[in-house]
Amino acid sequence: MAAVQAPTPQRKGFLGWLNKRLPVDEFMSTQLTGYYAPKNFNIWYFFGSLALLVLVLQLATGIFLTMFYKPGELTSFDSVEYIMREVNYGWLIRYLHSTGASAFFIVVYLHMFRAFLYGSYRAPRELLWILGMLVYLALMAEAFMGYVLPWGNMSFWGAQVIVNLFSTIPAIGPPLVEWIRGDYGIADSTLNRFFSLHVVAVPLALLLLVMLHLVALRQTGSNNPDGIEIKKNLGPDGHPVDGIPFHPYYTIKDVVGVGVFFILFTIVVFFVPTFGGLFLEGPNFEPANPMSTPEHIAPVWYFTPYYAILRAVPNQRMGALLMGLAVFVFFLVPWLDQCKVKSMRYKPFISKLALAVFAVSFVALGYLGLQPAEGLYVALARIFTVLYFGFFILMPIYSRMGTPKPEPTRVTYHAH
Amino acid sequence: MAENVVVGDDEVDQSRRKFLTTATVATGAVGAAFAAVPFISSWAPSERAKAAGAPVELDVSKIDSGQMAIVTWRRQPIYVVRRTPEMVGQLKGHDELLKDKDSADSDQPDYAKNEYRARLPEVLVLIGTCTHLGCLPKQRFEAHSAEMGAYWPGGFFCPCHGSRFDLAGRVFNGSPASVNLRIPPYSFPSSLKLVVGVDETQKGAA
Repeated sequence: MAAVQAPTPQRKGFLGWLNKRLPVDEFMSTQLTGYYAPKNFNIWYFFGSLALLVLVLQLATGIFLTMFYKPGELTSFDSVEYIMREVNYGWLIRYLHSTGASAFFIVVYLHMFRAFLYGSYRAPRELLWILGMLVYLALMAEAFMGYVLPWGNMSFWGAQVIVNLFSTIPAIGPPLVEWIRGDYGIADSTLNRFFSLHVVAVPLALLLLVMLHLVALRQTGSNNPDGIEIKKNLGPDGHPVDGIPFHPYYTIKDVVGVGVFFILFTIVVFFVPTFGGLFLEGPNFEPANPMSTPEHIAPVWYFTPYYAILRAVPNQRMGALLMGLAVFVFFLVPWLDQCKVKSMRYKPFISKLALAVFAVSFVALGYLGLQPAEGLYVALARIFTVLYFGFFILMPIYSRMGTPKPEPTRVTYHAH
Repeated sequence: MAENVVVGDDEVDQSRRKFLTTATVATGAVGAAFAAVPFISSWAPSERAKAAGAPVELDVSKIDSGQMAIVTWRRQPIYVVRRTPEMVGQLKGHDELLKDKDSADSDQPDYAKNEYRARLPEVLVLIGTCTHLGCLPKQRFEAHSAEMGAYWPGGFFCPCHGSRFDLAGRVFNGSPASVNLRIPPYSFPSSLKLVVGVDETQKGAA
């Protein structure tokens, strides 16, 4: 595409000096003012920028928590209590961080659902989707290890259960688990390496992956609720006729999203930081005790769909395998979806039904993962596990069924 | 010497260049693999962790009949149950309810791979972490109790995911755990003086 860029003004003075040495204006014009996004974005398009916002929030609050937190079997729990009770505004910084973890998953899950709604994972955005999934994997690792750090009893037993999942790998499982823990049980060595990974390694990986995700987005351009390519319809100026510059139009729009987000976010931080045991679990207010398992071991809510799948399978190795597949299968979606159109707006009823069944299954599994593994709960978890995988496995079949509505040539847009 | 002679692409020996590139990359990869060894090894249990994993002793004669004691070995709770003759008797008669009645797929030393899963029928020594995901099974020694059901021959119940084990640590059908509770290496240097972590073969000893 030969997009004609507006000639960058020749600046004088300090900015002129700067631009000869650092391509500030060029970056602005190619990445923000000259980056054209579809003009028909709706509410679903807030969550990408909000994820970025939460990432920054987590980095900032995390840096401050690290100043007061002392990793170690004997010091972790006490230092978190110290932060909560004695560090000035320590409680606020920690609640921002713990609520931020849940907020991260809320916006990321909504961001991913948006991709399912409008087919944003379809060609040419397969790699964009895969990079996003890698961000999601890194985020899960980050959240899991972060949850271990306060060294409460749920931290300990959560680590025990999750690390032991690796013991189900044939042959190398048990020595692998010993290597991960650095001891014969979850111990000081485990806590310290999780701390290092949580504050250094995984955040670096996250930043790199998020950057690649954004670079890939710049390359393909955003999808939109109509699922059509705006780059196919260029105006005389070389820009998409249905595109508007990302800055100032979408930066301003995103600021509104940020405002609404912060209202909801701070309500949780100030009034319900534990969110009824969903964001911070009760047993984690007791120190880790290797000799006492909490009555119900449940992970934080954002992992419970996968946890429900794990527990739904009566065979341990199969359960762990299925749990892994439940995450991995997302990577294949760009190739499983064979529908002629991308957006749910034009997909036939059966595809809409499938997505609805999947969304209900995911939420239901999330609920069941919080309940004890017995009786009806297990039976339901098995049904929803089948539906969950059915959505993916049958996608190549049902996505070809039915007749899609014709896609428009221009995006659907009503001026306000 | 001719100044600034540029060699044309057609004059370059591409096969030689490719060989040298491949050889350099391969040498670098081998070097990187060796350089990774210390970093990967650093995650293995340290000398201090190994020392803390030394064998532990317990005088079983001090446990009342039908009772259980817990000692810690390598950060794992070791359940030591002094089984009564009735409890030993209850190990029979429910083979059809067990996933691995002969402990063929389970982890135990050879001397514990028998109908009692023990060296001595009256002393059961188990690693008290569920073979499912490592929670601590709770003792439910009373047979046919209201809580566990009429079939229940006494044993252990894991509160996390509902795995059930009999009084030899053998797992019942319908449990998420696939294999029986593990049995550590142990020995009796003298009568009823139990040492966990050491046996004739020194297998598993620190």
